[in-house]
This record gives sequence, structure tokens and C-alpha cells, in this order.
Amino acid sequence: MFSEYREFYDYDNDICEGKVRIPSGCAIAGLINRESKKVKGDTIAKMMAVMHERSNGLGGGFAAYGIYPEHNTDYAFHLLFMDDQSKKEVEAILVKGFRIEDQQEIPVRRVGAHRNAPLVWRYFCSPLDKEREITEEDLLLKTTMRINRMAPRASVMSCGKNLGVFKGVGYPEEIAEFYRIDEYQGYSWIGHGRFPTNTPGWWGGAHPFSLGETAVVHNGELSSYGANKSFLENYGYELSLRTDTEVLAYAIHYLRSQGFSWDLVSKVFAPPHWVEHERMEEPERELYGALRRVYAGLLMNGPFSIIVAFSGGLMALNDRLKLRPLVAGEAGANLFLASEEAAIRRVCPQPENLWSLKGGEALISRVEEESACHVA
Amino acid sequence: MPRSLIQQEFLVKRDEERCIECKVCVRQCGFGVHEYQDGKFILNDHNCVNCQRCVIMCPTGALEILENKGVPRRNAYWSEHSVRDLRRQAESGGSLLTGMGCDRSYPIYFDHILLNASQVSNPSIDPLREPMEVRTYLGVKPDKLSFTGTPGQERLVGSLPPVVKLEAPVMFSAMSFGSISKNTALSMARAAAELGIMFNTGEGGMHPDLAPYQDNMIVQVASGRFGVDSTYLNSGRMVEIKIGQGAKPGIGGHLPGEKVKEEIAVTRGIPQGADAISPAPHHDIYSIEDLRQLIYTLKEATNYQKPVSVKIAAVHNVAAIASGIARAGADIITVDGLRGGTGAAPKMIRDHIGLPIELAISAVDRRLRQEGIRERVSLVAAGGIRCSADLVKIICLGADAAYIGTAALLALGCHLCQKCYTGNCSWGIATQDPYLTRRINPELGAERLSNLIKVWIHELKEFMGAMGINAVESLRGNRLQLRGVGLPRNELEQLGIKQAGESM
Amino acid sequence: MNVKEMKIIESKDLNYQELNQIVRWSLEEGEDRLLLRGVNGHRYIGVGLEGKARLEVEGTPGNNLGAMMNGLTVSVYGNAQDGVGNTMHSGVITIWGMAGDIVGYGMRGGKIFVRDDVGWRVGIHMKGNESTRPVIMIGGKAGDFLGEYMAGGTIVVLGVNEKPNDAAGANNLVGKYIASGMHGGQMYIRGTAPEWQIPEQARVEEITPEQCGELQNYINEFAREFDLDCSDLRREVFTRITPCGTRPYAHLYDHSA
Repeated sequence: MFSEYREFYDYDNDICEGKVRIPSGCAIAGLINRESKKVKGDTIAKMMAVMHERSNGLGGGFAAYGIYPEHNTDYAFHLLFMDDQSKKEVEAILVKGFRIEDQQEIPVRRVGAHRNAPLVWRYFCSPLDKEREITEEDLLLKTTMRINRMAPRASVMSCGKNLGVFKGVGYPEEIAEFYRIDEYQGYSWIGHGRFPTNTPGWWGGAHPFSLGETAVVHNGELSSYGANKSFLENYGYELSLRTDTEVLAYAIHYLRSQGFSWDLVSKVFAPPHWVEHERMEEPERELYGALRRVYAGLLMNGPFSIIVAFSGGLMALNDRLKLRPLVAGEAGANLFLASEEAAIRRVCPQPENLWSLKGGEALISRVEEESACHVA
Repeated sequence: MPRSLIQQEFLVKRDEERCIECKVCVRQCGFGVHEYQDGKFILNDHNCVNCQRCVIMCPTGALEILENKGVPRRNAYWSEHSVRDLRRQAESGGSLLTGMGCDRSYPIYFDHILLNASQVSNPSIDPLREPMEVRTYLGVKPDKLSFTGTPGQERLVGSLPPVVKLEAPVMFSAMSFGSISKNTALSMARAAAELGIMFNTGEGGMHPDLAPYQDNMIVQVASGRFGVDSTYLNSGRMVEIKIGQGAKPGIGGHLPGEKVKEEIAVTRGIPQGADAISPAPHHDIYSIEDLRQLIYTLKEATNYQKPVSVKIAAVHNVAAIASGIARAGADIITVDGLRGGTGAAPKMIRDHIGLPIELAISAVDRRLRQEGIRERVSLVAAGGIRCSADLVKIICLGADAAYIGTAALLALGCHLCQKCYTGNCSWGIATQDPYLTRRINPELGAERLSNLIKVWIHELKEFMGAMGINAVESLRGNRLQLRGVGLPRNELEQLGIKQAGESM
Repeated sequence: MNVKEMKIIESKDLNYQELNQIVRWSLEEGEDRLLLRGVNGHRYIGVGLEGKARLEVEGTPGNNLGAMMNGLTVSVYGNAQDGVGNTMHSGVITIWGMAGDIVGYGMRGGKIFVRDDVGWRVGIHMKGNESTRPVIMIGGKAGDFLGEYMAGGTIVVLGVNEKPNDAAGANNLVGKYIASGMHGGQMYIRGTAPEWQIPEQARVEEITPEQCGELQNYINEFAREFDLDCSDLRREVFTRITPCGTRPYAHLYDHSA
């Protein structure tokens, strides 16, 4: 079975993921129930299916929070393996820093084209109680990067607590079918359908991209990619996948590690234009001026709409010129997001409120907040 | 007004003994160089752009145009041209415009490639006496064909998607009505009809006089959406989405207000005298899925009856972009290289952005093959095809066909003075001034173009015959017929060709 | 509307290609009133169609509704997505709700009425002349880049249930960068607009519908279309934006030989 998979994807080919930068377009969607009520995975799958035209079947995926209530204090490593040998090597890396509490193959439906899909496993891990020189978070990051160096033989889809990323090569609806998404329930979901300009191949290249406790989906292309990459490499990040989403995830990781709120993260990515800045009052003016100067390398240029899932919430953001669509809809405790309104209508025919996100204004929604969405 | 610090570029000399004072020069110059008053010629050669019109039209050969070189101190870094351009910017405060293609001395890969000929073991074919097939079809091909029926009695299942038939792998490049005169467009249309190839309306919409030539017409949809209505879309055999052009990658078309006379204003739907600066992007295409959206909008609008082409400028990421375009549903991908011409572009943009078409086509052809999608689409090359040898080389590097633009205008009399944007073209090509445009007679123009292409086709057949090939399909992507001379190893690899001296 | 006279097409289980093919066939067979029910995300409805037929859409049509259209009358009972009337030539599109981005891009003729808000980059490079006169009427607000590079036609922004200006004097009904590069056509925006919100290339006047018959006519048309009472707009101040000249960028380029 695995030799078949190898033929399907020639990872020595110099155009594979990680060796060249693959621009891609897409569809994104997200939902969150602010009362922490669980939502089944078929909801997000249906939303993505409406936007079928925006993808080309070469990548799809989902992420959900709240799906592992029995293991919610463990790090849930979702891993892709090419073969048993890679699996052994990854386990050896895991046990260096973690105790594996439980592990199993992620239940899948291997039908049709997915007969040749890679091995997908999950490991519920807790950090070892030894004297640690590094924080748990750094341990997680280090472990992730070490495993990802084995790409494409192995790759980490996600490793956050109570978080799972399910992704691969196929239309989002097909990926949903493969991973039996409808059997999961989470309080927040994000979805992605990819339209990359390269060969079908590596499952690890699909989106969402997750690092630690966040998962990101992105529609658009970062023309600032080269500059962003330079900045992040300066701080020790290894950008092995060469995708825009990777840059966004690492940038978020960096800024959050500096203590930035989600508001401020969005203001680094999509700062106000200088002409607006001139019109601001203090102390706002000073703050935004400083942000833009110090974090100039993380200004995200180019068309983008992104949805970031983090523990307890979602953030959605468009670029300053709003060159990509992103619509939000609210019904009761549920908030929906999608690249096209029709995707929201499919699962929520009569939203109480429906609006388009403006350029550069983040929408942050958290569970168990009484107020409506917070717009930055 | 402060005195200009710029020396004039050209000096015009009149041989008084030869001059018969017929005053043809006065009438022929579009730039006001020659005047005749009170029995004397007045020379305003500071206006001269060296278009050679007066020199050629003078019945006695009495005129000569010289470069005003002066004796500047030699400076390998600050060339005369760069200094002149800088001074002009300082005086006008405006970005310099220019016309036609990049004239800087970047490497010309065509001139580093030699072609093969067969001898003895695989003999050459005689093109004069034996059939040589150069017909080319452009359009999408299905991955495979299906048949029904018993062996020997098979029938095709299903039908093939729409295609465009060319009697030779060459077409006239997109030139907007506005950038060129109607008579020039008619010359190309008539020649295309006679030769069985295509011409392209460019982004200015279609002049009604071109309607009889619909069967040979490609209609272009650019970011300005000029003239794009259902009549336009349903005329023509193919619809081309212009994302970019080689002369000015990253920016839109530019038609200066001087050339937007009444007819242009009406065809385009803009005020007379307004600059028509097409937006840099299509405002409804900000991501690859948006391109797919526009491609399918056009397919729906033409009821899936016409192939849709997407034209891009050759830029660094051209291979990945082409791959995306193929996957977005385009039938044909046109790549326009660095040397592509234009009626108006900022000089800095024209001269510093892009890639030579030889490298671009190689990269695109290779990437599409690596991804297994090359056979699905057709690839057309544009940007500085000067002769039949260039045509053969670009087909061997992977193109199905090529557009010619500059070569066609040169055939009609263009002298590459690069002042197309002024609208004063003395040759009647890049102007809307009726006094000038009537200098192009569409019948004669069509004849000259027809002559040119017929010769190129004959030469193409001679090249093919020499290689032992009698069908142009066998030339396409046949890199083994090429060898590089004077190129470093990495460039040979980039082109995918062997070093001269290496055998098959 | 007499439902019996309309041919009803149930769209829920059709993909967009199937739906549009059925619409085309129906029009070819001579139907002139079609009702598309259960539409959700179906793209390219009405694209490139010609003639005088009426198309009613129930649900949320997908992108590029009525793009390149040449003559139909389309009504949407719900919101529309992006690209409404993209490169439209003639006809009428009425949206009983909001519309997304890129409404009327390159529009050359015809009318688009949107009852509520529209998105960004609306009316870019609208063009036309005395005989064609395209119009986009917006009952709510518009996002940034409204009327960018306009070459002809008219855009009207009413903000029917909105306060046109905020405390700082900014116009709330439109965003930033309106009329950027305008060189033809005109815009009427309810309320006043401060200098910083209007580009240099634009000329600005303040008028009321009472004073300007053309504006009043547009408002009446809008009111009729949506069966609304807009009589209280008669005396409200509107900002009329027209281009200063036809060559806003001439000074940026050296056109001399």
C-alpha cells in the first residue's frame, strides 16, 4: 500500500511542496459556538461543499477545538506517516519529551482515491516530569519542528490540546468523508479548500496549518512572503513548507509569545495606512506607529483573508484593501464565517445578522462571552 | 520657461544640390521637423525622432539623419541614454513613456541556439516536392479518447472541446484599436484571413469594420473591459483574457489621451482625450480561483463554444502561474516575453521587468510536463520573434505557436522610433490622425504581411525538411533539435538543451 | 406577480452549469419569465444572456450574477454575492438585500439597484456615454474604492436608514479612496464629505434633490423599485462628485517625443 503511495507522489521531484513556493487560492470557512455547545463536523463540511468551485481538489482540511474532552489535558499529536519506519522514528522523537498516554490510528474511510492515503495516527501525550530547561510550549515547538524535518516521510498535522487537524489531498468534502468528520463534535471548526498550482502530492502540504495551540486557514497570496520569511528566520523559525499559511502561523506564534493580544496581532498584520495614522489621536497614534516600525517585517501584504482557531476562540481578518471576500453570520450562540455567503446559508438559512468583514479589521469571537463579537 | 539642458538626439541634413524643393518632407513628417516658409526650408530637427519617413519618401534622397553624438566624455556606467532620460525626468517631472519593445542589451538566447539538420542516417526531406504539414490546432485536449464499436469499426465517443485552427503556427499579436490605426488593424485582419491564421483585437474593443474578418479574430478581455459586450464576445473564434503583456508586466494598458479621438472614445466608452490607463489588475481577479471564475464566466457567456486563452507576461514565477492557469480551466496559455512591443509604456517598466521568452517558454513547458498537464493545454509564445528561425526555436522549446507583433509592424513600415505614444506616427501605424492613417492602405498592407508570413512558412518548411520532419507536431518540444553555443551549463539546463557538439 | 405565468426552475439539486443550461434552453424556447427557486451559491446566473426576459431568483445567487448581460431584467429576493453586473452591457438587476464586492465593474450600460449595502470596489471603471448611461443605485452604504477610475455613468448612494456623517464630519456612507482616478461620470452621495475623503481629481458640489432634477429622478426610480417612501430625502444635502478633467494622471507621464 505504501509503495503505491510513493508512486503517487514523487518527493524527489523538484517541484514538490517545500522545494518551491506554490501559490494557491482557495475557500475558507469557520464556525464557533460561543456557549461551548458542540457542533458536529458535517456542518463545516457542508459549508465547504457549497464553495466547491473555489478549490481544485488538490487539498482540503479541517481543524476543530473541543473534540477530545476525555483527553483535554493531553497534547493530541495528529501525525501523517509514509511508512512504518517513519512511524518508529517519530515515536522515538516523541518519547524524548513526552509520555504517550494513548495512541491509535485515526479512524478513516479508505475508499476511492484515498485507498493510497498515508497512515494517519494520533498520540495523546503529556510532557515528561523531568527537570526541563525549556517551557512546555517550546518543547512542543521543538518536537514539531524536529518531526517536520522528516517531511515528506512524516509530518505533524496538529499537536494542541483538545485540537485536531484533519487534512489531505482531495476536495474538502472528500477529506471530510475520509476522516469521518461527522463523528466528531467541537465547539469551533475551521475549513479549507485549496487550489494550488502544483501536482497533487503531499498530504502534509494541505491546510489548515497548525503550530502549537493555533490552526490557520488562509485564502490569498502574501506578496510580502520574502520579507516575512527574513524576519522570522532572524528569530530562529525554520520555514520548511514555503507556504504563506506557514508564515502566518509562525508570525502568530512569535507575536503571541511576545504577549500580544489578538487585537494587536491583527494590527501588526494589517496596520492602518500612514494617512489614517496622521489623523489619529494619542496614545493610539504612538502605539500604532511603534508597532509598525518595530514589526515592519510582519506586515502582511497582498490579498488575504484568514481565520485563526485558538483555544477558546476564533480570529478572522482581511487585508487592508479587502481584496478577498469573507462573510460573517450570527444565529443565537453560533457565529459562521465563509468566503461566500451561500456557504453560511447552507447551514444557517436565516442568520440574525450577516455582514462582510472590512479590510484590516479583525473579528475576534470567544466562547462564554456574553457580548456579541468583538471587532477590533 | 527655463532653458532645456538636453541636447537634441538627431540632426537632419539636407543635401541642397539634390533637393528639388518638392516639399514631400514637409507633408510626410508627423513630428513637425520640416517647414517651408517664404521660399525657404525651416528645420526643427530638435523634434526629429528618426522614423526615416522623410528620408525614404524624398524622391532624390536628399535627406540624411545623424545621431547628435557630440563628444561626451566616455563613461561606461552613465550611458548617454541614461543621462538623457534622467535630464528629461528632471525637466518634465513625469515618468518617461516609450513605445515598442525593450531595446536594452540583455542576452538574446535565440542567438545562442543552433538548429539541427539530418543527414545520411535520418535523411532530410525535400520541402519543395514533398508534403510539409504546418497546420496547428490551439485549444484544450482531453486526457484520453474513448471509442465504441468493434475493432476496425470504431467510432469516437463524445466530442472534442472547441479549438482554433491555424494553417501555420503563427498569429498576429494583440494590438488595441487606439494604439494602432484602423487601417493597420485591417491590414492584419485581411492578411490573417488570406493566410488562414488569426489576428487579435487587443484590449480596445472591436471596430465594426473588422466584423467581416470574425472567423480569424481573437477578442481580448483586458482589465479595462473596453468594448466587451455580447456582440464582441460572440464575434471572433477565441476569447483571450489579458492579464499582462511582456512590455509592461504588472501594469495595465496605456493609451495616452492624445490618441483618444472620437472613434476611440466611442468604441471604448470613455471621454475623448482621456488617458485610457487600464487598471493594473483585473479588479475581479485577486487570486487564482478568481481567474477561474472569469474564465467560466466567459465560457458561460459564449455557451462553451469558444476556447478561452489567458495571456500573461513572463515574470519570475511564470511557470507556477501557468500551472495555475491551466488548472483554472484555460484552454490556451499565452506567455509574452521581455521583448514584447507596446504602443505606450513607462520606459523604466518596459526595460527592467520580465524574462526573455526563450527562458519563459522553457520553464513553463517543463513545469507543465512535470505536473502531467502539458498535453491538456496549448502554449503560445510572444515577445520578439524576429524571423522564421526564432519561430522554429521557440516551437522546439515547447510552444505550440507564436504571436508576432513588432515583426508585423516592421513589415508595414515601422522604423522603431519608439514614439508610438505621441500619436504622430509618420508611417500611419500608431496614430489616429486621419492625415497620417491614410498612409497605410489595407490592401497593400495586407499584401506585405501576407508576403512576410508566406516566406516565413516556406522557411519553416525548409528548416523542418532539413531536420527530416514533415509535420510541425514533431517539432513541438523537440529540444533535441537544438544546441546551445556560448552558454554556461546552468543556462543550458534552464533551457533544457544540450551543448553544441554533444550528439543526440 | 402571477406565478402561473412563470416557468419555475427548482435549483437546489442542480449545479450551476445545469441550471444555466436550463435557463438558456428555456429562453430559446420562448419563455420570457423564469423563477429560479432554491438558489444557493449557483454562479454565473444570467451571464451573457440577451433579450427582454425576466429572471426572478429566490435565494443567494453565486458570484458574477448578470455578468456581461445584455438586456434581461433580473430580481434577487435575498442577498447577492460578488461580481453583480460585472462588465454589464444593458438590462436591470435589482437586489432585495445586500450585494458583495465588485458590483458593476466595467459596467457599460443598464441599471443596478441594491436595496441595502454593497461591498468594496463597486463601480470600478464604469464607462459609457450619453446614449448608454449606466447607473448603480445603493440604498445602504458602500465600502472603499467606490467608483475607482470611473469613466462614465452614475453612482448614487442613499444610506436610507443611516446617519450620513459622523461626529468628526466623515461621510459614513462611503469608505476611503472613492472616485480615485475618476475621469468621467458622476456620483451622488448623501451627506457632506470632508476634503480628506475626496481625491484631488474630483470636483465637489453640495446640492439637494429639490435643486437637482436628475438626482430626484434617480431617487424616485429607486423608491419605485423597492416600494419605499423616500420623500424625506428631498431636502437633504447630497455631495455631487464629478471629475476635474479627463486626464488626472497626465502630469505623471512625459508624453513628449
